[in-house]
Amino acid sequence: MFNGPTQYASDVDSIMFFIIAVSVGFLVIVTVAMIYFIFRYNKKRHPQARDVKESAILEVVWIAIPTILVLFMFYFGLQSFYGIREIPADASNIKVIGRMWQFSYAYPNGKKSDTLFLAKGKNYKLDLITTDVNHSFFIPAYRIKEDLSAGKTNYMVLKPAETGEFDIACSEYCGLNHSKMYSKLIVLEENQYNEWLNQGINKNTDSTKTTNAAEKK
Amino acid sequence: MNKSADASNYVSYLDYKGKHTGIWAWLLSTDHKRIGLMYLMGIIVFFTAGMTLGALLKTEMLTAGRTIMDPQTYNAVFTLHGIIMIFLVIIPGIPAAFGNFFLPIMIGAKDVSFPRLNLLSFWLYIIGGVLALSSLFLQGGPIDVGWSFYVPYAIRTNSNVSLALFAAFILGFSSILTGLNFVTTVHRLRAPGMTFFKMPLFIWALYSTAWIQVIATPVVGITIVLVILERMFGIGIFDPALGGDPILFQHLFWIYSHPAVYIMILPAMGVVSEIIPTFTKREIFGYKAIAYSSLSIAFIGYFVWAHHMFTSGMSDIARAVFSLFTFLVAIPSGVKVFNWVATMYKGSIDAKVPFLFVAMFIVLFSIGGLTGLVLGNLATDIHVHGTYFVVAHFHYVMFGGTVMILFAALHYWFPKMFGKMYNEKIAKFALVFIFIGFNTMYFTMFILGYQGMPRRYWDYLPEFHNLQFISAIGAFIMVTGFLILIFNLLHGLLKGPKAEQNPWGGVTLEWTVPSPPTIENFDEIPVIEHGPYHIYKEGQIK
Ligand SMILES: [Cu+2]
Repeated sequence: MFNGPTQYASDVDSIMFFIIAVSVGFLVIVTVAMIYFIFRYNKKRHPQARDVKESAILEVVWIAIPTILVLFMFYFGLQSFYGIREIPADASNIKVIGRMWQFSYAYPNGKKSDTLFLAKGKNYKLDLITTDVNHSFFIPAYRIKEDLSAGKTNYMVLKPAETGEFDIACSEYCGLNHSKMYSKLIVLEENQYNEWLNQGINKNTDSTKTTNAAEKK
Repeated sequence: MNKSADASNYVSYLDYKGKHTGIWAWLLSTDHKRIGLMYLMGIIVFFTAGMTLGALLKTEMLTAGRTIMDPQTYNAVFTLHGIIMIFLVIIPGIPAAFGNFFLPIMIGAKDVSFPRLNLLSFWLYIIGGVLALSSLFLQGGPIDVGWSFYVPYAIRTNSNVSLALFAAFILGFSSILTGLNFVTTVHRLRAPGMTFFKMPLFIWALYSTAWIQVIATPVVGITIVLVILERMFGIGIFDPALGGDPILFQHLFWIYSHPAVYIMILPAMGVVSEIIPTFTKREIFGYKAIAYSSLSIAFIGYFVWAHHMFTSGMSDIARAVFSLFTFLVAIPSGVKVFNWVATMYKGSIDAKVPFLFVAMFIVLFSIGGLTGLVLGNLATDIHVHGTYFVVAHFHYVMFGGTVMILFAALHYWFPKMFGKMYNEKIAKFALVFIFIGFNTMYFTMFILGYQGMPRRYWDYLPEFHNLQFISAIGAFIMVTGFLILIFNLLHGLLKGPKAEQNPWGGVTLEWTVPSPPTIENFDEIPVIEHGPYHIYKEGQIK
């Protein structure tokens, strides 16, 4: 139903749609009923309150229906979340290193960059490491984030389905320039990507620095 | 003069002359009503301070980059806004102010079980509040860690974290002692004949809350001591650089702070369950369902804390378990909302100001609760975690829930507490401003959050500008509404007409005593034969 830059992002949007639809349903029922009662049973129109019998059936119904609905929500969320926790056998490992207040990336062949480059259609496992306080690695377009937690290594699995540029933000408060801790994800076609990956590898310089590092403003 | 009071003997608690005179007659009073009133003043003052800070934050968000303050100031302001609103306004809020004032009266007692301890709680509250605010002006500068004090940042920052933590520690004790006092009072001082199931629902809510306060608060107290030790003596507990574990801090923090969410909301739910019967002239629908849902919220609420940590790298099994419990804790809250609305069915509704605040609460709290489903769900939470979505959600629950009911309670019990009446038209006017401002401000934040706007950001990307701007305008509308509300109440207090003993036709015990009540509450302790709302059943109400 939704078309995101990854399969997972589309799934998250679908689940969100389901939850919001159910929520709007409940909200409308509650609000409309309340407003109707306030007018229909207004003191002027309805001077004598009537006793209404307690209803065990009603209580059971409005416990049971929401319970079933939330169990579905729970299940959909769990299923889709577990999908991105399994590490595919062919995933390449990239290190994400956070420090106050920037992200940097280290690739398996020793290359380093300030912008995350990935190839379309490939599986990746990102190892998330912080050198100081907690940060969180958030790619809004991918509907995904995971903390860089001091003292341990967390991971994240992703598979870009489209080429393009995407924002990366730090979403765990980390002090003075927390709001400047933006980075970029650039997804390339596989052949372009390989070219980029092997470019200047032995010089160990950051070829992307000039073009990408400080454009966040 | 009040009809039930013997004109010659009647001295209200406001005029009562005891051992002390002047200001000391208040500051050293062990009367639960005076203590409740002092809490109320403190809470309104701190709320005004917190709201001013909030308005400054919103002003900064009018434009990207610097509008009125630099990032260090912004970080300190949102930290202080959070600490004030959570620890000084919402947690003590309804129980300390209205609980103190009305719990003894509503169960037919002359005071709480331990009046002196009650005064001590109040003093601890004031000392904690002053310490928290003084960290603004002392060396080291205002703290900049967020109200959640996440380590390792809280260990490493140079700002005055220890002092603010110590303040929270003291406030925790205030909360524990009040809880202890309420539990004992409910068990020991109910009027003859008042069994548990004949208690008003507000008392049920205070009782459930008191247990959470007593059981959960010590955990945060210990955690705070550990952080202070770590900062001062470098003992490695939470900071991995010293061999500690920062995730442990998050667990300990949320083991308290999640149940604390229920400390904040349960008393409000209790007030709602009082106001609705009074203005619909109906027995609350599903009295037992509501009482049990309070207890089950208090219980299940202990097993959901780690939904604040879905992105912190917990095991996947833990994430699943906490997600499941989080969804389950939504059910009793839903049950309450359904029962409240059902109570209006075939009632005789008099939509006065307190009732309108409750109606507004039902809408805002439902939005808050339902968006909580997005946060309980693993897939969607991972996306909106740490964004404006979360900020919007908890403001709908805490502000749209607890604070709106604080306002409702204020308008409901104002005539009883002060024996004066406010202008109802102006109060409704204020309410409309608040409702419009609130939704303009916070609903846009749901959208911003889903679009990926992280919270606690001094700056933002250009694409967020329009919504940020609209949200800030909403904040200004809401502040206007609040100012109208407060001035209307102050005006009523000073110049308002005398209030009757029972202006709303309420049926709980506080409406059987004069407005304002005497120092001893009752000339004669009442004997209880029926539950409070029983009277509606017999159709005795005109
Ligand atoms: Cu960061």
